Amino acid sequence: MTLVIEILSWASIVLGLFFMVVGTIGVLRMPDVFTRMHAAGMTDTMGAGFLILGMCLQAGLSLLAARLVLVYAFLLFTSPISTHALARAALAGDVEPYRKPRGDG
Amino acid sequence: MWTAAAAGILVSMALALVRALLGPTVYDRVLAVNTFGTKTVLLLLVIGFLTGRPDWVDLSLVYALINFIGTIAVLKFFEYGDLGRQRHPEGGTER
Amino acid sequence: MLRALGLGAVLYGFWLVLSGHFEPLLMGFGIGSSALVVYLALRMDVVDHEGLPVDLGVRFWLYLPWLMKEVFVSNVRVARIILTPGLPIDPILVKYHASQKTDLGRAIYANSITLTPGTITTWVDEDSLDVHSLTWIDVDGREEDEMDRRVSWVEQGVVG
Repeated sequence: MTLVIEILSWASIVLGLFFMVVGTIGVLRMPDVFTRMHAAGMTDTMGAGFLILGMCLQAGLSLLAARLVLVYAFLLFTSPISTHALARAALAGDVEPYRKPRGDG
Repeated sequence: MWTAAAAGILVSMALALVRALLGPTVYDRVLAVNTFGTKTVLLLLVIGFLTGRPDWVDLSLVYALINFIGTIAVLKFFEYGDLGRQRHPEGGTER
Repeated sequence: MLRALGLGAVLYGFWLVLSGHFEPLLMGFGIGSSALVVYLALRMDVVDHEGLPVDLGVRFWLYLPWLMKEVFVSNVRVARIILTPGLPIDPILVKYHASQKTDLGRAIYANSITLTPGTITTWVDEDSLDVHSLTWIDVDGREEDEMDRRVSWVEQGVVG
């Protein structure tokens, strides 16, 4: 039983790290600030989510797990708000959203 | 294993720093710093497990708060050119 | 008054989770500090529907698992786009209809859209949202219509 939980928790942590690194690669690869926000959102939702899920499995049913869930709930509440504020500020700051170049004009 | 997780987070933090240095606009830098902050929160959690001292969870909760407020403050500053005043009806900032 | 008591209870629960102390003296300190914060909140006049949406009800908690599933699905989609060599993105700004009647409902809808990677709300109006999307596939409308319907359903469960 302990072994199953151990395996599940490490699988979850590895998955979280995967989403986090892929999200950051996306932040590097995307062409403009709006598309980068989509990639950054991955880190905030699933990257952090799976990492914290793995840690909760390690912590077991305890006050520590409750605190970890609290951290995640806080990230979930703040992440869309700062993304939205950033998008609004970028639009107000006259950043032209990237459009895919089209052959036919 | 926790060391490996910390190393993974540090690698993606380094990648985020590259974006913060490259820019090109100030919004890209704010975005990079914001994701950097999220990763710092997670790194603090991992360090807590690495050292076996769960007190780090509280630090990471506080860091999450400061990261959010800092991002909003910087964005408000760039949108209005000021931290306290409202935007003037005709646009531009009240002085 | 009931709302102030509710706020006090929530704050005290928060204090307990963070402190992890269960000695009588320290728990008394916790009650004192929660009461002080409730008093300050009452003086600031922020103890209202927006400050403490307890009447959000059960439906919000039923909506959350569906939202997390949706977030996971779109995360996988965006991860696949990022890892594809040619970076097959086609960003677009579209307008969505929002059928929610209250500010709270619209806020939940807009934040849910932003939370799912691939779509970001950039502007919120009375009955519509401006959404920036990473690809055309994300704005074919079916998922957002379902999210719109579900958020409206959550909103109808709000008593206040």
